[in-house]
Amino acid sequence: MELDLMFILGKIILITVILLGSLGIAMYATWAERKVAAIMQDRRGPNRAGFMGLLQPLADGGKLFFKEEIIPDRSTRFLFIMGPGLAMLTALMTSAVVPWGPDIVTNSGIITLQVADINIGILFIFGVVSLGVYGVMLGGWASNNKFSLLSSIRAASQAISYELAMGITLVAMLMMTGSLSLREIVDQQHGFWDGHYFTWNFFKQPLGFLIFFVCALAELNRAPFDLPECESELNMGYHQEYSSMKLGFYLFAEYINMFISSVIMATLFFGGYNFPFMDQVAGAVNPILFSVICVMVLLTKAIGFILFIMFIRWTLPRFRYDQLMRLGWKSLIPLALVNMLITGVVILWVIK
Amino acid sequence: MKLTNRAAPVNRDPMTFGEKIYIPAIAKGLSITIGHIFKKKATVQYPEEKRPFSPVFRGLHVLNRDEEGRERCTACGLCALACPAEAITMEAAERKPGEEHMYREEKYAAKYEINMLRCIFCGYCEEACPKDAVYLSETVMPTNYTRESFIYKKEDLLIPNPKK
Repeated sequence: MELDLMFILGKIILITVILLGSLGIAMYATWAERKVAAIMQDRRGPNRAGFMGLLQPLADGGKLFFKEEIIPDRSTRFLFIMGPGLAMLTALMTSAVVPWGPDIVTNSGIITLQVADINIGILFIFGVVSLGVYGVMLGGWASNNKFSLLSSIRAASQAISYELAMGITLVAMLMMTGSLSLREIVDQQHGFWDGHYFTWNFFKQPLGFLIFFVCALAELNRAPFDLPECESELNMGYHQEYSSMKLGFYLFAEYINMFISSVIMATLFFGGYNFPFMDQVAGAVNPILFSVICVMVLLTKAIGFILFIMFIRWTLPRFRYDQLMRLGWKSLIPLALVNMLITGVVILWVIK
Repeated sequence: MKLTNRAAPVNRDPMTFGEKIYIPAIAKGLSITIGHIFKKKATVQYPEEKRPFSPVFRGLHVLNRDEEGRERCTACGLCALACPAEAITMEAAERKPGEEHMYREEKYAAKYEINMLRCIFCGYCEEACPKDAVYLSETVMPTNYTRESFIYKKEDLLIPNPKK
C-alpha cells in the first residue's frame, strides 16, 4: 500500500517536471525562432528584455494575458473556448510515453524516467497526434468565419494525407524493431556501434527518416507546409477570431508539438538517450549523473531538430495547396510503400 | 524591342530526376541561409549607437542670436515669402529705446511661428534670410500628441542666450 503511494507520488512529480519542462522549452523555442529568423535575415532579433533578450518570452506571455479577450457574437461559445484547450491538451499528452532516460537503480528501488511504459507507445502517439486536428478543426468551425473554416479544413486534410505516409514509414520501421514500445525501440539502439553496424535506426532507415521528417513538418503545420495559417490567402487561418491567451494557446501548442515531435524523431531514429561510448561513461560515473547525462543527450538531439525545423522554415517558401497534395499522395506515399517493401525483402531474404 | 540586354530565355525543359526530388535544391537553399549566420548585421542599435547624418541634413529650425546674445531676426518676411509650404508667419514690432541689448536691428519679430506640420524642410527660409537668423539644425523634429504643439513659437525656436 505504501509502495503504491510512493509510486503515484513519483509519477506525479515526474509528470509535473515533464510538463513544466516542455512548457519551458516551448517558451524558449519562441525566443529561438525569433533569433534564428533574425540571424538568417542579418538582423539581431530580440535583445532588449534581459541578457540577449532572454526575458522576451515572459514579456510576450504577459502581454498576451493582459490583452482584451474577444469571443465573436456568432461563434459557438463552448467549442470556441474548447478549441485552444484541446490543442494544448493533445500537444502535452504525447509526452507521456516518451522514455526520457534509462532507469535509475538506487538502493530504495528503481526510478523510471518515463510516465507510462505502455506496449503500444507508438500507436498512442499516433492516436493523440491525430486528435490534435480536432483542436484546429473545432477552433476554425466555432469561429463562424469562412476563412477560419477553410483553413481548418485544409489543416485537417493535410494532416490526414501526411499521416498515411508517416504510418507506412513506421510500419517499415516496426518490422525491424518488432515492438511498438518506445522503451524497447530505444533499448535496441543502445550505444552507437555494435561491432557490425550502426545501432541507430536512422542508418537502417534513412529514406524512412526523410519521409517521416517531411510528414512531421506537415503534421506540425510548419513551413513549408504552413498552409492552414497562410496569411496571404486566408488572413490568419483558423486563429483569426482568437485573441489574448486563447491565441497564445494555439501558437504555444504548435511549439510544444514541435518539441515533442523532435523528441519522438530523436527517439525513433536517432537513438533516443543513447550516445556513443555510453557503456564506458556508465561505468565511470554514478548512476544518477549518468541518467542526467542521458536526459541531456536526448534534449540536445531534440533541440537540434527544433533548430533544424526553424532553419527550414526561414529558408523554404510555402507550398501551394495542389503541390502539397501532389507531394503527399503521389510522392511520399509511394516512396513509403517502396521503403516498406525493400525493408520486408531485406528482412526476409537478406538477414533471415 | 529590347529594353535591356539582360533578358534571358526561360528554360522550359522538363525537370530532370535530380531536380524533381528537390533535395539538392533544398540543400542549396539551406546552405545560403546558413551562410547568413556569418554576415554582418545590418542593425544600428539606435539609442546607444547613432548613425551620423549627412552634412546636408535639414532638421528642426532654430532662430539664431549674434555674439552678444541679441536676436538677429529683423522680421523682414523673406523666409515666409520663400516658404513653398507657407509654414512661416510673423509679426514685426519696432525696437524701443533700452532694448538694444535684446534685438540687433531696429525692427524685430514680436511673433514668429513655424507650423511644423506644414513645413517640408526644404531649407529655402535658411537661404532667403539676409540676416543669417534662421537655420535648420541637425535635430529630428520630435513627435507630439496635439496639432497645436506642432506650431513652434519664437520661444521654442530661439537658441538659448549665450550671455545668460
